[in-house]
Amino acid sequence: MRSIAELEARLEAIVTGQGTPASAEELLQSGEAVLEHWVIAKGEDPTTDEHEGFRLLALHRQGARDDASFNACRETCRELVYHYNVMSDLNADAESSQSCLQMMALIANHLILFVGGKMQEAGLGDFCCSAKPLHDEINDLSEVTDA
Amino acid sequence: MTDKKAKYQKVAYYPGCALEGSATAYDRSTRAVGKALGLELVDVKDWNCCGAMEVKNIDAKIQTYLSSRVMSIAANEMDMDVVMAPCNGCYHNLKKAEYDLKNDDQSREVVGKLSEKAGHATYQTGQVETIHALDWIRETIGEKGLGERVKNSLKGLKVANYYGCMYTRPRHIFPEKDQGPGSESTSKPHFMDDLLAAAGAVNVEFPLKTACCGGAHTLSDSDMSTKLVLNIIRAAEAGGADVIATECPTCHSGLEMHQIRAHKRFGIETKVKIIYFTQLLGLALGLKPKKVGIHENISDSLALLKEKGLA
Repeated sequence: MRSIAELEARLEAIVTGQGTPASAEELLQSGEAVLEHWVIAKGEDPTTDEHEGFRLLALHRQGARDDASFNACRETCRELVYHYNVMSDLNADAESSQSCLQMMALIANHLILFVGGKMQEAGLGDFCCSAKPLHDEINDLSEVTDA
Repeated sequence: MTDKKAKYQKVAYYPGCALEGSATAYDRSTRAVGKALGLELVDVKDWNCCGAMEVKNIDAKIQTYLSSRVMSIAANEMDMDVVMAPCNGCYHNLKKAEYDLKNDDQSREVVGKLSEKAGHATYQTGQVETIHALDWIRETIGEKGLGERVKNSLKGLKVANYYGCMYTRPRHIFPEKDQGPGSESTSKPHFMDDLLAAAGAVNVEFPLKTACCGGAHTLSDSDMSTKLVLNIIRAAEAGGADVIATECPTCHSGLEMHQIRAHKRFGIETKVKIIYFTQLLGLALGLKPKKVGIHENISDSLALLKEKGLA
């Protein structure tokens, strides 16, 4: 399995037009690979199931279980899938395919950067989802109401 | 006239700290657009911090109290039933406080005790409705009304609409969204797209409209924030955008600053301009760039706006 650093380097090369061109399949798999890292880091085995026909979406659901902040990349995953589907319908149109593939690469890159960032800083995305305070809540009310 | 159209004509205005600091252009343009559209803003008296983001990360219930105080003042001391917060952080936190107070006994207990101690009425759920500036303009004026008032069309201006994370997440604190036609979508928000299109702009494909800008870690992990922002900017440019329209001061300043940092740190220069949606609407309504604070942005868009006949 490619490391997150390797995935990030490969995506940066694709986005900047260096290295070998990517296929939609490779970009989708890159997204799956980074989610596998996240799931493994949580101590679980990455699912081989599919959700709505895509393993990527099943992996996202697995990654977000008990960690609502992971929903911050839900739309990114869904956009990746959407662009993969669009690419499947654009085989005959080279120009549209090229721009769609470029956008798909940027979406995959964002997913890798975001999840890679969360692997370093678990709090990334937390304040937007507001579901998981970085610190334990103060349960003893006297601490906040009695001064 | 619809209920909301009438209800939102005069609202309590909660600018929050960003709009009095790094986002004065957003404050200036929101007030200017409101005035141009004949809408009334009444500043919340003696408002306080909403608790974002620092307080929430230390103790979420203190944040709930802080946000509840703002709503309590609006309801009990100003007799207002709508609070309009243009800042995504404030908007999100007030909505979150409303949700917590409705659903969590301990939050109600903490807020009750702290309100009593502070000497003001305890906020009761449902006393006010918190809305965003996008709701405010869309519900009162609407796309059609806005189109009729445009004096200087944004025609030819290609815009990527960036909503950021807090406007739609988490979904459960925004019960009015995802309610079918006419309501806002949490997965594909479109209110900003709709308003700017009504003002003549061309909205480009932009799949990262709610993607993380790394705002929370701009100090603790600046390189990560820069990479996330750079990717958002690249996606906007790949879609052909001249401008990224924003509706969140944290996103806006992050995009502006990390665009510069990407150049300095990684040698990657990008051209797209960062402009608040209220600034663009103000220009479309015929206001001068200075009236909407274009000069206060870090992203220098004046040449582009002149080229497009908007300045």
